[in-house]
Amino acid sequence: MEDDAPVIYGLEFQARALTSQTAETDAIRFLVGTQSLKFDNQIHIIDFDDENNIINKNVLLHQAGEIWHIGASPADKAVLTTCYNKTSDSRVVSCAAVWRMPTDWDTGSHESPDDTAHNPQTLELLCHLDDSAHGNAACVLWEPMGDGKHVISLADNHALVWDLQESSTQAKVSSTATLEGKGQLKFISGKWSPHHNCSQLATANDTAIRGWDLRTMSQIYCIENAHGQLVRDLDFNPNRQYYLASCGDDCKVKFWDVRNVQEPVKTLEEHSHWVWSVRYNHSHDQLVLTASSDSRLILSNMVSISSEPFGHLVDDDELSDGDDNHQDDKSKEPLKDSVVSTYEEHEDSVYAAEWSSADPWLFASLSYDGRLVINRVPRALKYRILL
Amino acid sequence: MESNMDDEMVSGDGGPGRRRRVHGLLKMYYGLNEEGKDSQEPESLDPCDINGPHFDPEHYLNKLRRECSLAELMDQETLMVKQIRSLDSDMQTLVYENYNKFISATDTIRKMKNDFKKMEDEMDCLSANMAAITEFSASISGTLQDQHAQITKLSGVHTLLRKLQFLFELPARLNKCLELQAYAQAVSSHRRARCVLQQYSHLPSFKGIQDDCHAIMDKLAQELRQKFRDGGTSAKDLSQCVELLLQLDEPAEELCDKFLSHARSRLESDLQGLEAEIRPYPVSAVKDASAHRLSTTAGATSPTHNSPRTSALPSPSSNTDILEFIDRGCNEFVSSLCLVITSYQELFINHAQTGELASKNIPQMANGKLHAFVDDLAARYFSLVERRIQEEKGVGDNSLLVRALDRFHRRLQAVAKLLPGSAVPNKGTEIVVRAATERVKQYLSALQSFYMDSLTDVRQALATPRLSVAGASGTGGGALHGGLASGRDAPNSLPELLSSLSASILNQIKSVLASVHLFTAKDITFSNKPYFKGEFCSQGVRESLVVNFIKFVCQSSRQFCESAGDKGGSTPPALLLLLSRLCLDYETSTISYILTLTDEQFLVQHHSPVTPVTTLCAEAREAAQKLLNHYVKVQGLIISQMLRKSVETRDWVNTIEPRNVRAVMKRVVEDTTSIDVQVGLLYEEGVRKAHSSDSSKRTFSVYSSSRQQARYAASYTPSAPMDTNLLSNIHKLFSERIDIFSSVEFNKVSVMTGIIKISLKTFLECVRLRTFGRYGLQQIQVDCHYLQMYLWRFVSDENLVHFLLDEIVGSSAHRCLDPAPMEQSVIEVICERG
Repeated sequence: MEDDAPVIYGLEFQARALTSQTAETDAIRFLVGTQSLKFDNQIHIIDFDDENNIINKNVLLHQAGEIWHIGASPADKAVLTTCYNKTSDSRVVSCAAVWRMPTDWDTGSHESPDDTAHNPQTLELLCHLDDSAHGNAACVLWEPMGDGKHVISLADNHALVWDLQESSTQAKVSSTATLEGKGQLKFISGKWSPHHNCSQLATANDTAIRGWDLRTMSQIYCIENAHGQLVRDLDFNPNRQYYLASCGDDCKVKFWDVRNVQEPVKTLEEHSHWVWSVRYNHSHDQLVLTASSDSRLILSNMVSISSEPFGHLVDDDELSDGDDNHQDDKSKEPLKDSVVSTYEEHEDSVYAAEWSSADPWLFASLSYDGRLVINRVPRALKYRILL
Repeated sequence: MESNMDDEMVSGDGGPGRRRRVHGLLKMYYGLNEEGKDSQEPESLDPCDINGPHFDPEHYLNKLRRECSLAELMDQETLMVKQIRSLDSDMQTLVYENYNKFISATDTIRKMKNDFKKMEDEMDCLSANMAAITEFSASISGTLQDQHAQITKLSGVHTLLRKLQFLFELPARLNKCLELQAYAQAVSSHRRARCVLQQYSHLPSFKGIQDDCHAIMDKLAQELRQKFRDGGTSAKDLSQCVELLLQLDEPAEELCDKFLSHARSRLESDLQGLEAEIRPYPVSAVKDASAHRLSTTAGATSPTHNSPRTSALPSPSSNTDILEFIDRGCNEFVSSLCLVITSYQELFINHAQTGELASKNIPQMANGKLHAFVDDLAARYFSLVERRIQEEKGVGDNSLLVRALDRFHRRLQAVAKLLPGSAVPNKGTEIVVRAATERVKQYLSALQSFYMDSLTDVRQALATPRLSVAGASGTGGGALHGGLASGRDAPNSLPELLSSLSASILNQIKSVLASVHLFTAKDITFSNKPYFKGEFCSQGVRESLVVNFIKFVCQSSRQFCESAGDKGGSTPPALLLLLSRLCLDYETSTISYILTLTDEQFLVQHHSPVTPVTTLCAEAREAAQKLLNHYVKVQGLIISQMLRKSVETRDWVNTIEPRNVRAVMKRVVEDTTSIDVQVGLLYEEGVRKAHSSDSSKRTFSVYSSSRQQARYAASYTPSAPMDTNLLSNIHKLFSERIDIFSSVEFNKVSVMTGIIKISLKTFLECVRLRTFGRYGLQQIQVDCHYLQMYLWRFVSDENLVHFLLDEIVGSSAHRCLDPAPMEQSVIEVICERG
């Protein structure tokens, strides 16, 4: 029971950007970027000690500006990207950059865990992902499971593929795609598909979701009016290549099969305000995490559209020696989609939620007031999925 | 003793005692003593008893003299004399009577003697005559004996000769009959001769006759058969024909078949007549139709002959109504079918049962054939009727259909009576049942489309005067037809639209119920079938009509919520509001009213479980709730959209010092006010949380500079954590979490609260995504103050508005590069000026 209790960590600043350290597969580690217009912004490295239920934090300075988006390299633990706002001459500009964390942040924090704030180390800038012609950056996406050499940045109505060279110190635009249409189109968010050899990208702008082929940089599908209001976030099902989850300001979470975009496969309407983030669990894609500005985080069990709609098939045989009937009942039960749990630890809008890349049963969520909450999948559900 | 005597003497004049005593005395006198009487009367031994047999006068006298005085003696003597006198007279009377009788007896005897003598003479005479007669008779019979024998023989020969003559004449006679077509006579003649001819067929001459007869009869049979085949003859002729053929030992089975096939051809022509009346299929369906026809006529004797004829038939009167059609079917097909059945039964079944044919199991065979025949034809008839009924799509006049069905059903009862074991009437009932259920379905869809049409009308009505809502002098341009026409003159205000909508729906339901009720009217034959008594009422009318309609209303309402959600309000919000009120009214009263009405009209006895009122009410309530929630959402989104655009499109860093409340905010307040009016038309006010009488003043205090300053001051200080603490403190103040898109209650305040919550939360989220300059923040301050001034009155808990606006200002202060708030007094001035 004690293990299931949430762990809460408070940041001093307001924050929106959260990612798990993708390249780190041993330690449970999240990166949080703060938003402050008046102070130096920080990147908090949150280490969670699973056994002792303790959080260790390290703070790195991000002096360039307030962080709107953060992304960790899938190849190099120390490399990350941020999108940040920079104010100069009463102009606010959104930029993106690749950074390297100082190598000794870890050791430094262990020596003086209490007063890291006093002497925080600074991130090392590797390169800017800026191309002044392309406008304000909304987010930067790493190539999933790649070697950390390719990123995509979404800036206004452009999607730019960058090649990182010279150990990420130089960035070159290798190809671009532009969203054309009436009015001021602007990408809100996007996701690089891990399927099809990482050759696809999905983006959200206004109420539409678009798929792009990165080889030709052309649009391959478009879900117009995917949501009644703005689409806020997207995620690909890690195991089913055509399945895509989206969320938006109509309080809904929708699941799409991109081969047939007329109707969503499934719609969830659990939140009572805008849904800002949707995340598939990396290993068990029936688990879907959604964060909303109604200050709630909801974990849903979407069995019917997962890659394992009938549960773990192997186990029926393994367990058949025991009490058969009981097992049969259990194996039929999980077919229902359901909300597993609603987490109400936050008191302000939750803008980000992420699964840990090390422990598939653990996730973090971040609300605007700077509260980071680490939760686990309920044990009963965990065992049911595993067994 | 004396006194006894005296008494007897005194009363002796007329009493029965006296008469008996007189008789006794007389008896005694004649010595006719009754034995046993003596011993019973001991006193009679007394010698002094004057009436006794042992009376001794001496003794008595002595006794008297000894015992009585003179006077007494004297008295005794007179008494005695009196008695003696009366006895004497009695005696005389008796003697006289007896004498008379004796005289008359003597007379009679003498007379008899004379008569007997006369009779004896006559008897003698008679016996003499008899003897003479006997003698004569014997002599006559003796003479006639011979002649009599001869005569008998002659007469025998005569009859034989006549028979022979008959036989010899038979061929000629038969021929003649044949010529004259007097078949019946021919057959009866032949029948009479047949046995004889059979018996003596070994004689060549008879054989010749027999052969001739056979030849003739064969010809006759041929002719009969021909006649039978021709089929031009009337039913009566036909039956006669069959009867004769049967008598001619034709195989009954073949006859049955022939009879039936003949009947079939006639019935089929009836059926074709009927089919021609059915409206031809539309061009696209012609292929199917002809295929269908082929399949329906496949069971007929000559389908190849039929189908071209039918398909070539023009459709002369495609518009005969169903009653006419059924009438025609009944009069032509059903009545001839009945006729066929009767004559067939007469011929093959009843007739055969009495005759010698009964032994051959003919009745059973014939019966079986008849059943198959009737079933087959009836099936085709039914399929035609069903096709015709299916064409009855219009739901205008149900009575016509009901009457047609009634007639159809009634006429089939005749078949049922004629053919007790037949499945035909049941199938007929099934057709009626199907037609009824089909009709109910049609009514349901009619109701549904009526409902949808009404909604379209309402939508139009809402769309047109929408322009003049502000003017309030709505000209009622929304042309409402049908049941909503009443709204034409008056301005199309929401309550009027609602009441006219719900009234017209209710009227429609009532009229449909009335129409459907015809099915169960007392004078309709099928209304007493168990189906129409039970299942039709409960399952048919109540469940599939009424309940389904109510469900449809709820469901379509829900669809408004779902479909409109994505396309961004394709349904006008006012319609949502109206429907929500409609559903709520349904929940509170209309549903139970409708169901009670139905139950009363149809006396529903629920054998099967039916949807309870509560379920429907719950459904309606759910729909109402959903609609209202959706209304809140849509209206909230409309306002949100304005706010969002206003925040997103402005460069908040480089803006000028605020001089005015932005127009958007005025628009928001305006819209909110008009929504408030709109909702107020349909929903009650609702409860507010108690607040101080002077709310607007308090409003300022919330925005009092001290507090605001404190918050902004917190932002200046380097200790950022304090700020978050403050935020969370505020949260604690309003510990109840604010659900933005949450369910609302059915009242105006709750609805308005929902809309305002959504709008302000959007404002907040948008503000958080922007960066502000000093004047940007000040503009937000002004705007929020303006909103505060006007919005508090709409919501149930004004703290909510305070809180959200606080949050907005707080957030924009956070997002401000140069947070220098405006003076509260300046804000107030600007707002009041605006």
